[in-house]
Amino acid sequence: MALKVIHYINQFFANVGGEEMANYAPELRKGAVGPGIGLNAAFAGEAEVVATVICGDSYFNEHTDTAVSKIINLIKDIKADIFIAGPAFNAGRYGTACGGIASEVERELNIPVVSAMYIENPGADIYKKEMYIISTKGSATGMRAALPKLAKLALKIARGEEILDPDTEGYIPRGIRKNYFADKIGAERAVEMIIKKLKKEEFKTEYPMSKFDRVEPGKAIKNMSKTRIAIVTSGGIVPIGNPDRVEASSASKYGIYNIANVLSLAENAYETAHGGYDPVYANHNPNRVVPLDVLKDLEKEGVIGSLHPYFYSTTGNGTAVKSSHEFAEEIAATLIADGVQAVILTST
Amino acid sequence: MVKGIEATGIPVAHICTIVPISKTVGANRIIPAIAIPYPLGNPKLDAAGEYKLRRKLVEKALKALETEIDEQTVFE
Repeated sequence: MALKVIHYINQFFANVGGEEMANYAPELRKGAVGPGIGLNAAFAGEAEVVATVICGDSYFNEHTDTAVSKIINLIKDIKADIFIAGPAFNAGRYGTACGGIASEVERELNIPVVSAMYIENPGADIYKKEMYIISTKGSATGMRAALPKLAKLALKIARGEEILDPDTEGYIPRGIRKNYFADKIGAERAVEMIIKKLKKEEFKTEYPMSKFDRVEPGKAIKNMSKTRIAIVTSGGIVPIGNPDRVEASSASKYGIYNIANVLSLAENAYETAHGGYDPVYANHNPNRVVPLDVLKDLEKEGVIGSLHPYFYSTTGNGTAVKSSHEFAEEIAATLIADGVQAVILTST
Repeated sequence: MVKGIEATGIPVAHICTIVPISKTVGANRIIPAIAIPYPLGNPKLDAAGEYKLRRKLVEKALKALETEIDEQTVFE
């Protein structure tokens, strides 16, 4: 008999709608929807998507507890063999939703789970230790390549078969170590590695160093009324018409905008260039993303010493970690040059 | 971006809606916001009410910047 699969997807992949429908509450549909049809094809009769959970990305992330309990209620009577979430590619909220719901389903219903996303998706970083997450491309163009791998791993997990290493199965490394007998002793393997390295050939370390990607918290501000503050956003607020053409996603640049003589970000003067959330509210009042009105008042009242006369803006969705680091380095250099002592950064 | 700026020693207060993402990117001073499409606002309130809400969040961010911390901290 075919194994029973429950599939979780967002409003976009269910064809319910885009960002304007990101608040869509959880819904259960019979059978496969969207990418689930591709999963069924890849299962070749071995398993079948019997039900699909659809939930808006903002809904899940803003009301996580409610979303989880609703979804658990919707699916608890389906005796599924496995729960599949995604693929979420590089969609951040979708990735955290996939990881979040899969983690709860496994814990509460004791059903094995698997997901799929791009390695830079924040959901991958949060949940890769808890579950198998197939490594995908950064965008939905990777769907065709991702589904067979996801289906194959799902079958193995559901059947309780042995899961091999990340490279073989195609999942994001979970930091698990397994002992095995190598055919050569360590000294021989090390010498082989160094010879390859000297020949500039590709070699694979057996002990990847962990990246400690944390920074020390900056020192607290002692006297706010003498402090120069700057405001930075990943919410994509730009002057109307987006003069620098900051991309709606996967930004390759950021904008620098003079606010020396601006007291508040007016509706007809600024807008958002961000393609990853419903722009209606930010366009209607851009201060909802860059709180310039409040900061100007705090400056006038002397609560803060002064406000740096420019704000910096990029779109944070799908933007490569490498690009963000470059933006930050450049922005930080100008902030230091202007004597900025503290930064408020807003994200949507 | 938070990390890149904070690496220079300038403290950063991160006002954001999805706290787990902020934590995973490595922000140290985290202030939970209202909603993804309007982190510092609420279209259901009138203009004055919304301003008050926004001001409270910014003041919370200032408070966070004035607080000495040695690990990631969420300022509820």
